[in-house]
Amino acid sequence: MSKKSIHPPRWAERLLEWYCRPELLEDLQGDLYEYFDRNIENKGEKRARLNYAIDVIKFFKPYTVKKLEILDQLTQFIMFKNYFKTSVRSIARNKLFSAINVIGLSISMSVCLLVISIISETLSYDKFHSGYDRIHRVITEYQFLREDPSHFASTSLLAGQRIQEEVPGIEASVIFASNYGKDIQIGDKVYPVSGRYASEGFFDVFSFNLLQGNPETALKEPNSIVITDETAKRLFAESNPMGKTLLTKSGDQYIVTGIVEKPPHQSHFTFQSLISYATYKAKQNETPEENYWILWSNIWSNYVYVKLQESTLPEQIDSRLQAISDEENEASDRVKITTSLQPLSNIMMRSDLSNNIGKSIGSEVLWVMAGLTFIVILSAGFNYTNLSIARSLRRAKEVGVRKVVGATRSHIFSQFIVEAIIISISALILAFFLLQLIKPQFLSLLPEFADSFLLKTETSLVLYFIVFAIVIGVMAGAFPAIFLSKLNAANALKNAGSTRLFSKVNFRKVLLVIQFTLSLAFIISASIGYKQYKYALAFDLGFKTENVLNVRVQGNDVEMLENAFSQIPEVTEIAKSTLVVSTGSTYGSNFKYEDPMDSTTLYYNGVDENYIPLMKHELLAGINFEGEAPKEENEIILNEEALRRFNIGTPQEALDKYVEVNDDKMRIIGVVRDFHYGKIEDKVEAFGFRHYSAQYYIMNLKVRSTDLPSTMNKIENAWNQVDDVHPFDAEFYDERIEKAYSNFSVLFYIVGFLAFITISIATMGLLGMSVYTAETRLKEISIRKVLGATEGSLVKLLARSFMWLLCIAAFIAIPLSYFVFDSIILTDMANRISIGIVELLSGVILIFIIGFITIGSQTWKAAKANPAQTLRSE
Amino acid sequence: MKGTNLGEFEEIVLLTIAALLNEAYSVAICDEIERVTERQVKLSVVHAVLNRLDKKGFVKSHLGEPTQARGGRRKRFFTVTHAGKVVLTKVKEQRDQLWSVIPEFNLKFI
Repeated sequence: MSKKSIHPPRWAERLLEWYCRPELLEDLQGDLYEYFDRNIENKGEKRARLNYAIDVIKFFKPYTVKKLEILDQLTQFIMFKNYFKTSVRSIARNKLFSAINVIGLSISMSVCLLVISIISETLSYDKFHSGYDRIHRVITEYQFLREDPSHFASTSLLAGQRIQEEVPGIEASVIFASNYGKDIQIGDKVYPVSGRYASEGFFDVFSFNLLQGNPETALKEPNSIVITDETAKRLFAESNPMGKTLLTKSGDQYIVTGIVEKPPHQSHFTFQSLISYATYKAKQNETPEENYWILWSNIWSNYVYVKLQESTLPEQIDSRLQAISDEENEASDRVKITTSLQPLSNIMMRSDLSNNIGKSIGSEVLWVMAGLTFIVILSAGFNYTNLSIARSLRRAKEVGVRKVVGATRSHIFSQFIVEAIIISISALILAFFLLQLIKPQFLSLLPEFADSFLLKTETSLVLYFIVFAIVIGVMAGAFPAIFLSKLNAANALKNAGSTRLFSKVNFRKVLLVIQFTLSLAFIISASIGYKQYKYALAFDLGFKTENVLNVRVQGNDVEMLENAFSQIPEVTEIAKSTLVVSTGSTYGSNFKYEDPMDSTTLYYNGVDENYIPLMKHELLAGINFEGEAPKEENEIILNEEALRRFNIGTPQEALDKYVEVNDDKMRIIGVVRDFHYGKIEDKVEAFGFRHYSAQYYIMNLKVRSTDLPSTMNKIENAWNQVDDVHPFDAEFYDERIEKAYSNFSVLFYIVGFLAFITISIATMGLLGMSVYTAETRLKEISIRKVLGATEGSLVKLLARSFMWLLCIAAFIAIPLSYFVFDSIILTDMANRISIGIVELLSGVILIFIIGFITIGSQTWKAAKANPAQTLRSE
Repeated sequence: MKGTNLGEFEEIVLLTIAALLNEAYSVAICDEIERVTERQVKLSVVHAVLNRLDKKGFVKSHLGEPTQARGGRRKRFFTVTHAGKVVLTKVKEQRDQLWSVIPEFNLKFI
């Protein structure tokens, strides 16, 4: 048997097995093998194998090919009508279970649909630019000495220019140099117009629709301006603005060289107008001694976008950028600035960049949202699985009959999958309406949401929804379908009605425990989040914010505003400052004490002499500023932390010592008690009040009024007298703080909402399960009752196992959520709540009560039933 | 069901099955036809014809015992059914009838 090692080609054998009808297969295999054997002797192995393969292919004829598979599919197709009918009937027959399933699924689906819309909208950003996958932004990493590097979406103009001049493989590039707000004067009216300086490559990189003008030259010449159609309409109404000259209040003149369509919503940045970069350059070159604007380290407000040639890899450009950065960094011993590319598609996904040009969502947010909604849909899916398995007892007979008549496992499987899909599609329809309800709610949660998302329902989105519903249906239906299709026909028919068939299904209990663990975790998270939010709002910041109205100056003359406001009797005090502290924004400057090598960042607020008393900051030592801010700034008031940072000593000792701020010597004239100038999750660091009139951007008005709306009206009127161009922009300090902590409130709303949803879904599932249990054990209950069991003991009997499951869920959920919050989420915060028993247990008790009512009501009903009624019909 | 008339090759195959008695399986049939008619016979063709004869009800088949020579696969042995015998006899009779009326001189030209 030396030939044994020689085999016909494996693939040909498999092919034959695959296509050949089973009744012909063995004979045919034998025949071919016999020929193969002969051929080995006559023609050699190679020819034999070849012939074998050819023969296998030749035998592919109508009469040899299996018809079974096609036939089978045909049966499935024909049976589909039947499946559909039985499914609809079974759904209609079990109204309670179907309602629980459809409602639970649709509630959770509506949340999922929302997240799907959000994700698909985020992904659709910037896709309208032709060749968007080749467009990149130059971003910057800034590292001071050995501190943690910070990342910026902006970069230096020098980097942009060097890229344009030196780096090969770039098809087009555009530089944005700082943004501007111009007041355009037309006739006797003034219109504020904002925008950016953009270089001439703008229309080569981006595909914004230029309605009028030449994309090649529109931004080439100095003093040319391209405006959006929206701005054009605002400025000129119907007349064509092309070629007209725009005169600003400050006397600059710009010629309109193009009208561009308003940037679509799906652009990560937006603009009202663009002025040629050449204008900016020319203006900077007027003062050649000031070259800060083109320095390598001026990375704060300029943006560079490049469009690579098709053959260029981003890595190639990255290595060139690295080389340029290394070269430029040689000049600086302290600061390391490294540029690199960021793909356009990554811009919406990456929110950790400072100085972002426009919108950014951040992939983390998306992931968290997707994760949370996944949990919700999981919960609803569990309901379906659970109830279907519980009810499958009743369907066992049907499965048995089907199997006897000739259904295979795959038939039964597809029948139940079809049923699940019908449920999930009907849930989808309901969910779609729910989506329309929750959409506006979601968008109003945060102004950022409303800015970034339209959440329009597009056709492609509906398609995603349907696919999603089918996937959910298949997933939820898979387990019951597998379970039912496995049933042995004889057993199913013989034992139908006996619970023995399903005794091994502990799976249901596991699912129930998971559901309630998740619900508990949500409700605990929501209460912790709420507590932290309340804590943040009620936190003693170290100064008084009541009745303080912060008015943005918007470039007006502060003296004039002050005069106007001081006319109003309800405004009792007026102060000027640089920024609204404690709301997340900060200004910083370089800060040194005696050692010239030791420097740190001094966070500061530039204020006038009225600010500290108005805000009721506590001066520990020294005095407040006096009189108008001097031209040469020479006095400063520090906080305690600033003294500690440089070991300046006690507040008393620190007075009259000198510190250096941005290389200016300043005398410490006062020390204030530490207060939270940042958000409360940040630690207090060195802070100073500077008497610095160049940066008065905010007016702080102390308002004492019994009739707030009329007072606000008066203040607004006063504003309009000074500035009739810019709308009045003011906000009470407390409201501003509430906004600053909106991330907590949003967290609370979202998690609370999800908690509500998961609890309702889980409760519905529990209801279904207890109804089912009560129904199936009705006879047992009746017999027990006849034999003398009390109603109370029967309720206890039925409810016990469910309450056990709830207990297990609580035992898992409480430590889990405590751990997650205590050591993961809240650890970064300098000022955080301690998690107490109340937060941990309140939700648990709530769920226990809900659970007990649900189970109790059903078992009570069963226990109350008249045993004579239930036992009579046998 | 196809018509019951017999094609030329079908007739040969059917006759061969009858001639091979109990040893009529596809490969043997192939070999026998090759030997007798001295023409190249493809297995796939024979197979197709066997299938057709089976459908027409002229042959029936059963599986034999597995043998080493065929990699452990069983042979499918064919036997001529009653209908097959009838149709063979009928064909033979028709031919004989035609032969009987041919004048002798006509054949000399061949």
